[in-house]
Amino acid sequence: MGEIATGLLALAGSLLVVLAGIGILRFEDVYARMHAATKASTLGIALIGAAGVLALDDDRAKIFLAVTFIFITAPSAAHLVGRSAYHAEGIEIDLEGQDDLGAMLDERTTSPEGDAQGA
Amino acid sequence: MIIAALALLTVGGACFLARAIIGPSLADRVVAIDALVVTIVAAIFVNSIRIDSTKFADVGVVVAFIGFVGTTAGARFIERRGG
Repeated sequence: MGEIATGLLALAGSLLVVLAGIGILRFEDVYARMHAATKASTLGIALIGAAGVLALDDDRAKIFLAVTFIFITAPSAAHLVGRSAYHAEGIEIDLEGQDDLGAMLDERTTSPEGDAQGA
Repeated sequence: MIIAALALLTVGGACFLARAIIGPSLADRVVAIDALVVTIVAAIFVNSIRIDSTKFADVGVVVAFIGFVGTTAGARFIERRGG
């Protein structure tokens, strides 16, 4: 019983990682690829960590630690990459309404003291 | 089932590696390598289940940490280099 649950959880997690891989190959621009890669693989590793905690007897805390760490850092890393990609790659997106990040970055690049503290 | 999970993780890792090679932009590569590191951690844990030992759990924790530091450094590099 426990073995079947472990296998199913590991299989579901790996399936999510494969879906993330398909998404990162097929989507159009950086933001869509980031959306596929970060969300799906975070849930995938959560399921695999659950399988590991079920199956293994000792040192479960290390698996829990690694999964929690990825849960905390994956969104912030994606946020950093998205922000710098918007800044650097100049990807066109159609927004309804106001572009706050673009306005902020323009202000920083045009003002003289912005360059000193920036980047 | 554990072997099938490892095979699926290999397929996913190959997809991420292909995107990291073909790019086209630097941000694509950074995102792909971040996801590849997460896949490696997942493979380490699935392999721990397969061999029924937690010898490699420490490696998973450290690889997750190094991956975050690397992605952050990559993002800073994109922002500074501007392209």
